[in-house]
Amino acid sequence: MLQSHPDGPFVDPAATDVSDTAAALPPRRRGDGWRRAWRSMVRARWPIFALVILGLLVGAAIFGPTISPHDPNRQNIMLRLQPPMVRDSMGHVKFVLGSDGLGRDVLSRLLYGARISLLVGVTAIAIGGSLGVALGLISGYFGGWIDDVIMRLGDIQLAFPFVLMAIMFLVVLGPGVVNLIVVLGIGQWITYARIVRAQTFSLREKEFVEAARALGASHMSIMFVTILPNVIAPLTVIASFNIASVILAEAALSFLGLGVPPSVPTWGSMLAESRDQLIANKWWLAVFPGMAIVLTVLAFNIIGDWLRDFLDPRLKTNG
Amino acid sequence: MWTYIARRLSQTVIVLLGVTLISFIGLHIGGDPTYLYVSDRATNEEIDQARERLGFDKPLYVQYLTFIGNAAQGDLGRSLKFRRPAIEVVADALPATIELTLFSMAIAIVFAIPLGVLAALRRGTATDGSIMILGMLGQSIPSFWLGIMMIMLFGVQLRWFPISGHVPLLEPLLQGDVRTALTSLPSALYYMVMPSLAVGVYSLSRNARLVRSSMLETLSLDYVRTARAKGLSEFSVVINHALRNAWLPVVTMIGLEFGFLLGGVVVVEIVFSWPGIGRLLFNAINQRDIPLVQACVIVLAGIFVAINLIVDLIYARLDPRVRL
Repeated sequence: MLQSHPDGPFVDPAATDVSDTAAALPPRRRGDGWRRAWRSMVRARWPIFALVILGLLVGAAIFGPTISPHDPNRQNIMLRLQPPMVRDSMGHVKFVLGSDGLGRDVLSRLLYGARISLLVGVTAIAIGGSLGVALGLISGYFGGWIDDVIMRLGDIQLAFPFVLMAIMFLVVLGPGVVNLIVVLGIGQWITYARIVRAQTFSLREKEFVEAARALGASHMSIMFVTILPNVIAPLTVIASFNIASVILAEAALSFLGLGVPPSVPTWGSMLAESRDQLIANKWWLAVFPGMAIVLTVLAFNIIGDWLRDFLDPRLKTNG
Repeated sequence: MWTYIARRLSQTVIVLLGVTLISFIGLHIGGDPTYLYVSDRATNEEIDQARERLGFDKPLYVQYLTFIGNAAQGDLGRSLKFRRPAIEVVADALPATIELTLFSMAIAIVFAIPLGVLAALRRGTATDGSIMILGMLGQSIPSFWLGIMMIMLFGVQLRWFPISGHVPLLEPLLQGDVRTALTSLPSALYYMVMPSLAVGVYSLSRNARLVRSSMLETLSLDYVRTARAKGLSEFSVVINHALRNAWLPVVTMIGLEFGFLLGGVVVVEIVFSWPGIGRLLFNAINQRDIPLVQACVIVLAGIFVAINLIVDLIYARLDPRVRL
């Protein structure tokens, strides 16, 4: 488990300048950390690959409408189920990655699907992360019965398979981007809350927190201004792995038809539609959206792995 | 040990109450649930009648108490489509799901331990690197996509394995018909290979990584060095000394993973038309058969909670420190 230690890399020197050790540390230049991170990434190689994938993904999400060759929902029954790279009588390639059962362009749908995956992944984590951080801070800072109630709630949620809970709520609420994000987001809070709580427990008696208290800071200010900056670093590791699993969950729910409405192309719903053409061996309908999911999830997992090693070399798993 | 069991049991009861509460909230979160039970063209009068018949006109706490009261007696309502008690419909589909989950779990454990141990022993070599990269990849592939790919390659193209179908194994066993179960075992496994691989690869990858790191940690401990210094064979050091302690974290992980496997099974069943709870749940969702959806979710969650309890008890038996 990730635990902060007094002089560990999790403690941001800028945030602990009230402690007496800060004076002994050599001043650090801004941007030093970034350079160190970059060097470590180059050394590990894989994170660079992951960054490239994520760059492409963000590019596809932002510029999708501009660069996609066709309207993703435009049907063309005359040109349905065209394999990739087929040339027409004029020698032009109309569908680079083929067309689906309704004659829609697979490439354009993939590009639009990147938006949903990223949007759902990032916002769900933002919601779940903020909720978890706030509850974890409150739990760890106040302790006592407040802590008990929050943590037992978390235990109950963890005892309930998450996908089932998501299915349950989405069946009743109905499919939709907002519903999906809220359900996936709420499913994640406890992971963050547990880590923040453990860290807050160990930090609340530290000198710099007592100093803030002595200066008359309110509980809110101590929790969110004094303690919070010191617990953020390990959360980036969790968030990276978490985005990967949320994107997987989104794909699974869209595959079940519980994700977003049918008019919005997503990778999961593209895979669901590809099932009708499985026997007919229309491989491009299943291969491309699946590859998109795998590469995206892989990239976030690699970044998470690297971040964990970078932030705390004691937990290093590779080599 | 008994106080530990008692404490753990009381926790389980609280969790089960939480499960029913979540599914109750789930039903009511979208407003009046009566509308889920009547057709779109129902008149106001019909809606009122349905509301009264289903008990949705009573205060919420009365409804919840009735709900858990009935659930405790095994009554989870009637399926709208099958016109039978939902619990019976779920019970019919349960054996197929359990078979698939157990077989996937077996794959995830049996292959993960040697791979993890091998990677740990060959630390930093190409073998280690490739196992770890494959492990990372295995954790990034959606199970249902893996299923679709296997159907396309091994089912449709190469025709090695059937793309759907199921030979019951657990059902004859439960009815005491061991002979039928034994004779159908080979064909049952044949049908199960692809779906269980699709479900199990994620856990297999995660377990292999876990065994590796746990093994690395144990191998660096003093008692392992002592065992080596005593002149024991490397095999004895690795298997009898290191692995015995290294697999404690794996036991805990397996319990937690059961829920994840169940989630994967639910989706993969649809890909392979496997006649289990997952496919039942999928059809119930599409037909908006809410009582059946609820019954599926509650039964799956109940199994998950029970497995976690069992795993924790086994763990307490293996590691006496937990009982304190």
